[in-house]
Amino acid sequence: MNKTSSITIDRGEMQQQVLPFALIRGEAFLEKPQDLFIPPDALEIILESFEGPLDLLLYLIRKQKFDILDLPIAPITVQYMSYVELMKNVKLELAAEYLVMAAILAEIKSRLLLPKQHVDDEEIDPRAELVRRLQEYEIMKNAAQSLDELPRVERDTQLAQASFPENFHLKIPAAEVELSELVAALQTVFKRNQAFTHHHIAKESLSTRERMSDILARLNKLQEDSFMNFVDLFQVNEGRNGVVVTFLAILELLKESLIECIQASRLGQINVRLKVLT
Amino acid sequence: MLATQTSITDKELKKLIEAAILVNDKPLSLTQIKQLLLINYNVKHRRITAIIAELQSDYQERGIHLVEVASGFRFQAINELSEALTVLSQEKAPKFSRAMLETLALIAYKQPITRGEIEDIRGVAVSSHITKTLLERQWIKTVGHKDVPGRPVLYATTKEFLDYFSLSSLTQLPELMEMPEIMTT
Repeated sequence: MNKTSSITIDRGEMQQQVLPFALIRGEAFLEKPQDLFIPPDALEIILESFEGPLDLLLYLIRKQKFDILDLPIAPITVQYMSYVELMKNVKLELAAEYLVMAAILAEIKSRLLLPKQHVDDEEIDPRAELVRRLQEYEIMKNAAQSLDELPRVERDTQLAQASFPENFHLKIPAAEVELSELVAALQTVFKRNQAFTHHHIAKESLSTRERMSDILARLNKLQEDSFMNFVDLFQVNEGRNGVVVTFLAILELLKESLIECIQASRLGQINVRLKVLT
Repeated sequence: MLATQTSITDKELKKLIEAAILVNDKPLSLTQIKQLLLINYNVKHRRITAIIAELQSDYQERGIHLVEVASGFRFQAINELSEALTVLSQEKAPKFSRAMLETLALIAYKQPITRGEIEDIRGVAVSSHITKTLLERQWIKTVGHKDVPGRPVLYATTKEFLDYFSLSSLTQLPELMEMPEIMTT
């Protein structure tokens, strides 16, 4: 942490310089690393290789071994702007994203300059969002590199294959069908169809009218003033059709006011009896 | 209905599976082996995997290996030979741009993901050329739309992508680098 010890600009000592630089933010070191690590002539060559502002920023940070968590905004902004200027000069198509980033950097810088009004306030570091984005981008940049290093077909992986012997005939279903085959196929369909109808056992169709009479007859057998449970009117062994017919018959009888349904309580048992003519 | 199910000896089964994997131009899956290749045989799933494991160990000392990738099994030359073998191929392997690799990495690691989310992380626009190439290569596919304004398309990687990189699942992707936490001081 000693200021005087790190003034000498020597390549061997650079690594040691980085740490105190970030901690004490000494102004004396702001300019030198810039010249040391990014010779201006080299800029043009590498300019086109950047994948956007985040990539450029990461390059600047990593080259100078800045601590990404304690980003020295002022020197980074200056360097970044010099790149952007250079891009303008060499008439590279300057993507809008680069200018947006310049604005973001300027904003962060100005926020850092503002005097803090409340010391006790837990103010969010204006750099936090940028740092988060830089980290997120670096992770993916790295992932892309390791993806590129994976062995892959075409480049690293040679697929092994054998072929069928020369006189080998693959059994592929013939695509073409003769007309006669089609007719024959149709005939079998007809045959099956006939067989189907022939063996079809016609179900005795249940008549609603008949069922109405049945129900009336059963209710008639009851003693006066007694009921029959609605459920008992159905014969389960008749299946779904029988149930439907019985129900239709009951509805029909109700409509014709021949029977009545009475329920003693809500959701209780439904009783059916002959309508008493008054 | 009882199908006529012929029995097959282990030795024959091994030959058949080996040949089938070799002559098929794409990786052969277990399902294909069982339901297509061995349709007339009554062979249990477990028996097939055991035979494949046996084949794999048979090839241990050879120039080709039987490997499992996402869409099935395939034979491939061992990695140590890949450099020596490149002289045989006439075409040069395509080199992928960083933009393409980063886009592909983002889709692989963060799927399902929209183009906008990719652009947010990369900080630059994703050219339609890149997504088109990835779609044409069948490395990515659209898996739906994100329920946000504009209903942008969501991208995910495919089995073909995993096959290409000799992976059998996404969990085999290289691990992401660790990052120091942002301190709130």
